[in-house]
Amino acid sequence: MIALIDYGAGNLTSVRKALSHLGARFTTPSSPTEVGDAQGIIVPGVGNFEVTGALSAEWRTAILDQVSHARPLLGICVGMQWLFDGSAEAPSHEGLRVVKGLCRQLPEEVAADDPDIAEGSAADGRGRLKVPHVGWNSLHLTRESWLLDGVKEGDQVYFTHSFAAPVTEDCVGATRYGVEFAAAVERGQVGGVQFHPEKSSDVGLRILGNFLRRVDG
Amino acid sequence: MLSKRIIACLDVRDGSVVKGINFEGLRKAGDPATLARRYNREGIDEVVILDVTATIEGRKALAETIRAVASEIFLPLCVGGGIRGEEHAEAAIEAGADKVGINTAALRQPELITTLARRYGSQAVIVAIDAKREGGRFKIYVRSGQESTERDAVEWAREAADRGAGEILLTSIDRDGTKSGFDCELTAAVSEAVPIPVIASGGAGNFDHFVDVFRAGRADAALAASIFHYAEHAVEDLKAHLHQHEIPVRLETT
Repeated sequence: MIALIDYGAGNLTSVRKALSHLGARFTTPSSPTEVGDAQGIIVPGVGNFEVTGALSAEWRTAILDQVSHARPLLGICVGMQWLFDGSAEAPSHEGLRVVKGLCRQLPEEVAADDPDIAEGSAADGRGRLKVPHVGWNSLHLTRESWLLDGVKEGDQVYFTHSFAAPVTEDCVGATRYGVEFAAAVERGQVGGVQFHPEKSSDVGLRILGNFLRRVDG
Repeated sequence: MLSKRIIACLDVRDGSVVKGINFEGLRKAGDPATLARRYNREGIDEVVILDVTATIEGRKALAETIRAVASEIFLPLCVGGGIRGEEHAEAAIEAGADKVGINTAALRQPELITTLARRYGSQAVIVAIDAKREGGRFKIYVRSGQESTERDAVEWAREAADRGAGEILLTSIDRDGTKSGFDCELTAAVSEAVPIPVIASGGAGNFDHFVDVFRAGRADAALAASIFHYAEHAVEDLKAHLHQHEIPVRLETT
């Protein structure tokens, strides 16, 4: 059983549909005390980092308690950023701090010779990148990973975000858009993806499936 | 590198895809989920369901259509057509849409853009603009191109972005249905004016038209309907063509 955390950060329908398609059983706990009944946790999310403020101290404690018992945890999009120390998008909101680093805004101004400004890129042609970063971009695999098991170098996934996590030792998949950022992270049983696996077709379903297999042990 | 997106539009009435349904040689393309499944196999990047019904029964059928498509196709899904207020957007999103397209309602009550962006995030709000060339500028038409306004498309796109729109879906009324190519001048004018992605629509007749709209039109994505409906493998053939022309696209590898 997966605990799908609903803290009001947008709509969970897509994640639910993808989990159902993969045959996973899941529940949406109505209080932090129910988190302990699950074998794995997914923290989804879209929009602004500020929404993570709805995850109160009780929720944090309940989730951290599961992490300390080696229960797999997956953060998606803002849910992944929340695994970090925090984000420049909402400096007063603390992250879960299970992955080190601070999320920052993607650069709008980049050097004129930046590869993302090349013809055919999302630029306006004058050294300005469009932010948010919306669409399919490729993964550069940086190390062995259970989360990205079976994913190939260059496989593309669907992003929609303006803030991004730094590339650190926890990064297992990096993506470039103006700067290189962490598209996927992993630390022990904790995984996070900046992109939307539930919207990334076969590659995304594979990644969700990897998480479910981790939960099943 | 960020790929240029290829988006398939399904014009849906009472639960069936309507455009091209009488086209000779087209096999039963009436079921949106069947068509969406095929596009997914061929590597489409995104699907737009455009509701062309106006009846209450039609809107109920729409929710079923969204559910059917979203349960099987794990791609970004946008729903537009007839979204006049927050409750219509809510119904579409609850059924499984990731984004909603608003057109006439956005012009009539621009604060709706902000309301929806606050509630669902900017990434969920697409402002659709139907533009037509008139006296050296691009004028906006509403109500499915029936009614002219005095608004300028470039200026309105900028305002929509300021109000919280996440993307612009830009249709050239002059080119729509003509198969004579996208209006690259219109697309470039809007794309260079806004900091958000622009989806070009209207006029796709052959694969080179897509090359043109991504280069000269500076489009971030291109949308078409009939070019995909009529030919099996059109999506993968188009992507191979774009790849040959060094336009970054997502090619299926799994």
